[in-house]
Amino acid sequence: MKARITITLKPGVLDPQGKAIEGALHALGFGSAGNVRQGKYFEVEVAETDPARARAEVERMCKELLANTIIENYAYELEAA
Amino acid sequence: MKAAVIVFPGSNCDRDAAVALEAATGRPPAMVWHGDAELPASDLIVLPGGFSYGDYLRSGAMAAHSPVMREVIKRAKAGTPVLGICNGFQVLTETRLLPGVLMRNATLRFICKDVHLRVERADSRFTRGYAKGDVVTFPIAHKDGNYFADVETLQRLEGEDRIAFRYCDRGGELTPDANPNGSRNYIAGILNETGTVLGLMPHPERLADPALGGTDGAKMFKGLVESLAA
Repeated sequence: MKARITITLKPGVLDPQGKAIEGALHALGFGSAGNVRQGKYFEVEVAETDPARARAEVERMCKELLANTIIENYAYELEAA
Repeated sequence: MKAAVIVFPGSNCDRDAAVALEAATGRPPAMVWHGDAELPASDLIVLPGGFSYGDYLRSGAMAAHSPVMREVIKRAKAGTPVLGICNGFQVLTETRLLPGVLMRNATLRFICKDVHLRVERADSRFTRGYAKGDVVTFPIAHKDGNYFADVETLQRLEGEDRIAFRYCDRGGELTPDANPNGSRNYIAGILNETGTVLGLMPHPERLADPALGGTDGAKMFKGLVESLAA
């Protein structure tokens, strides 16, 4: 199965890169842009056909390496590869 | 005293640490490659500065899972002193041997300069060469040194007196201008619950010889040797 994993900063964690990007968007005239937060995106092929087992694997991947759960949240979607 | 320096691909302060350790102990430390599962018997383990694994994913994240770290974590939990400098501090937070995380500097810039630090704890193995309240000069060289932890963790660190060093001005005052990277509570270095693991962003090994322009860092290594010989 294929996992599409998104890592985002938890609310309240300062994101100076997001702030700088927001400033650049404003400089380009995108006055509508606000509260920009930068995150990460991963695609992982998981050698599992059973969705429950694949989900358990991806959960562990996120907790043990892909996200630092002190500052980051993770979310993912699974689809048949 | 037998010290070991762990060398990751991308470490770049491992030899500086080895020189400072040899000056203090009289013998060269063991240099242990990250892929080794075996770690020689050591009285002190040093995780050096650098950019292990190119800072991929997050600073220190990959190194925290390298084979030798399983043994380092085991030894640290059994009480072997572990000193993490700069990238070594980042690795220690990623292994959760120390709480919190080192985020991108508030300025978004890599900062390489000497800074003043106030010694907050002079009774740990690492800091007994100093007096509480001393203002010392160590260099910093990092882009991800902005210490962050949630309010409960910060309160615990403060309450348990586990902040070893804070960024300060020349006179020892905590002023926003003296905080180079935006760290919460001006934190430059913290101890674990038992005082046997120290992580700090500034580099004591880079000002540990008069030829380098200062010796404030040498006191950390000398103090360690004295405490471990005692």
